[in-house]
Amino acid sequence: MSTDKITYQLKIPSQTDNLELIRLFVSAVAAKVGFGPDDISKIELAVDEACANVIKHAYSKNLKQLIELAIEIDYKKISIIITDHGKGFDIKKLPHGDVKEYLAEMRVGGLGIYLMRALMDEVEFDSQPGVQTQVKMSKYLVKADQVELVQE
Amino acid sequence: MESFEVTKKDHDDIVVLYIKGYLDAHTAPVLENQLQSLIEEQRYKIVVNFKDLAYISSAGLGVFMGFIENIREHQGDIKLTNMNPKIYRVFDLLGFPTIYDILEDEQQAIVKFAR
Repeated sequence: MSTDKITYQLKIPSQTDNLELIRLFVSAVAAKVGFGPDDISKIELAVDEACANVIKHAYSKNLKQLIELAIEIDYKKISIIITDHGKGFDIKKLPHGDVKEYLAEMRVGGLGIYLMRALMDEVEFDSQPGVQTQVKMSKYLVKADQVELVQE
Repeated sequence: MESFEVTKKDHDDIVVLYIKGYLDAHTAPVLENQLQSLIEEQRYKIVVNFKDLAYISSAGLGVFMGFIENIREHQGDIKLTNMNPKIYRVFDLLGFPTIYDILEDEQQAIVKFAR
């Protein structure tokens, strides 16, 4: 199998009716890499959540702005990098801790962030307000513990 | 084009909403409007049947969060039924089974309301 990294890109207007196209794009690439239906549904939901946040918060529903998606694939993982040039946010203020405590306060806004972290193997945020914000999410084709099992 | 639909059926004072298709940030306002109409009609016993729902994101879950407090203050509830495993996983990941009554089928929800 090739070890080269391949990148697929999509630039798409920041509109909620494009979430479907984004999901189809991400799912198709994930299937091509070899992920099964269960992982594909996790990846498409995580990406939907990130893009919905961009549409609603970063671009405040300004339909003329663009969401940039880059999907990098190599032999072991898929990484989706979502970039926007919206207003950004303070990473330290992202919701964290136990989701049940968060829900008990009847808060809604940060649920997507919890889902992204739960669905993907790695999620990283980088925000430079006024410049750009990036979310990078990765999922491994074979998880580290499975690799150990294979090696044994 | 993927779509989302809500249809409504009455069982005495209980309303069953059948949700079908894809519930995301684009389609969530459709469900939100439907629930808002029920509140305005003072219908507080609501069952949502997920049998034909293919997809849900947190925007869809957020709709239920937006109404549940008001509905329970009026001695009502939103009971959720007939979820496929993929949909249930999203609710479970966010801890919703501790807050919402999630049941196997619609009939169970109707019986619980009738008690």
